[in-house]
Amino acid sequence: MTVAAAGAATPQTRRRPVGATARNLRALGVYTLSVLVGVGVWQLLAMSYGSTLVASPRETLAAAEELAHNGTLANSVIASGRRILIGWGLGVLVGVPVGLLVGQIRIVRQFLEPYIEFFRFIPPVAFVTLAVVWLGIGESSKVVLIFYTAVFIVTLNTSAGVMAVSESKLRAAASLGASRRQILRGIVLPSTVPHIVTGARLAMGNSFLTIVSAEIVAAQVGLGSLIWTSRNYGRIDWVFVGIITLGILGFVFDRVLRIVASRVLRRYGVKL
Amino acid sequence: MTKAIETDRLEAGSAPGRGAAVSVDGVGIRFGSFQAVRNISLDIAAGEFLCLLGPSGCGKSTLLSAMAGFVAVDEGDLKVGGAPVTGPEPGLGMVFQSSEALFDWMTVRQNVAFGPRMRGATRAAQTKLADEYLGLVGLRHCADRFPGQLSGGMRQRVQIARVLANEPGVVLMDEPFGALDAQTRQVMQEETDRIWRASGCTVVFVTHDIDEAILLADRIAVMTAGPAASVKSVYPVDLPRPRDETDPAATELRRALRADIGEEVRKALHDQGPDQDADLKGNVR
Repeated sequence: MTVAAAGAATPQTRRRPVGATARNLRALGVYTLSVLVGVGVWQLLAMSYGSTLVASPRETLAAAEELAHNGTLANSVIASGRRILIGWGLGVLVGVPVGLLVGQIRIVRQFLEPYIEFFRFIPPVAFVTLAVVWLGIGESSKVVLIFYTAVFIVTLNTSAGVMAVSESKLRAAASLGASRRQILRGIVLPSTVPHIVTGARLAMGNSFLTIVSAEIVAAQVGLGSLIWTSRNYGRIDWVFVGIITLGILGFVFDRVLRIVASRVLRRYGVKL
Repeated sequence: MTKAIETDRLEAGSAPGRGAAVSVDGVGIRFGSFQAVRNISLDIAAGEFLCLLGPSGCGKSTLLSAMAGFVAVDEGDLKVGGAPVTGPEPGLGMVFQSSEALFDWMTVRQNVAFGPRMRGATRAAQTKLADEYLGLVGLRHCADRFPGQLSGGMRQRVQIARVLANEPGVVLMDEPFGALDAQTRQVMQEETDRIWRASGCTVVFVTHDIDEAILLADRIAVMTAGPAASVKSVYPVDLPRPRDETDPAATELRRALRADIGEEVRKALHDQGPDQDADLKGNVR
């Protein structure tokens, strides 16, 4: 019996990992190919336009080594990463409860809707001047701009999630004796988690789009500031380093967010 | 007549009734200008199993929602255990058609313990109640799984256990087996009969399946086609339990019910056409 069961299980357990590994290897191969093609095209463009317009991959790598060596790269990554994390984190912390209330309570929704519908069309870059005038050239002006770009999208996604909670769950909870508050915390919030995670991911993307404009004015360090100041030195290769680092940092942040969210929040139906 | 049925059941030695009587007196329900049901009167005895049978869109789910306190009554009186229904409450349990009503992020045990938890029962009491009712529906071994890991029939049994853990006087069931395959449905019907007898609750069971009604009900209330549906006729089911569908008396009853409902379905088709029928379903929800 045991033998038979083991015998039956073996080919399957053996075959599936092999299939999975083969698929993973192929995916890795395609990714590698994709990057190689990209670098090749980049190299061709650099050769045809010259290094004053397009820094070649080799020049960019050299510039990255130079910036890494004098600490500029690490400092920029840390400064920008910190601003993004703080602004985005505050955006999620504020956006989730506001979104819950907007989705759940009609009068709150009606009261806030005009503002949400108004401000979500105004890009953060439009507020750069005001942020500096009002908040000075310190960290707070940049963090507030990131917060601004994150909070609306989290609020909107959360409230959409609240309104998508199935009626039968709400009715079931009510008839099982849950109060309004218990329903909000115990049913609506957990049901909305997948929407919240989607909102947080979109907000993370927005934060990266915003960081460069947030650092336009008066930032000493940061990837955005690196990109802007490199222009003054005429260092196209530094601009390339800044842009590529930004892309890699965003990719890493999103990956970490996805992995953490799908591990910690799996029971709430988060699949990424 | 209802009295006779109740004594029958007690004589048969089923659990002492804790069921509450439901009295529906001239009830009408409107959604805006749409009259869903009108002038419905029904007296359901404590511990009785009543099936509401009717063509789709006839307002039977609307009536059930009113009994559960989800929908307010516009005309007439709706009382459970002598008191008017004012809103959802643990004494009025609802088993929904879709297992979407389960809380997917909670284990089966946590789902069943939800009612006791809301009442402020101690953790030990919650677990004890949950396990007791999971035992009753035969799902004790699944207590630590999540609803998404269970089959459709098992999920509906979790819903039933979750409602019973509140020890309700009335259990309302809205086509609970409508989404199940024929074999599972048959098993669930037998289980429902057994669980109902063990619990002693009053059950109001909405279905459009004639055989299901004959298998389960003490009485079957047939509704007219909507809109403004009402109760057309009430059939007592005087057959010994557990029921045998090949019983000649059952065949006779099936024939009568089929003729009665067929008439309503034809009326609905002539009066409304399919589009409006779909509309009504959406309204009832």
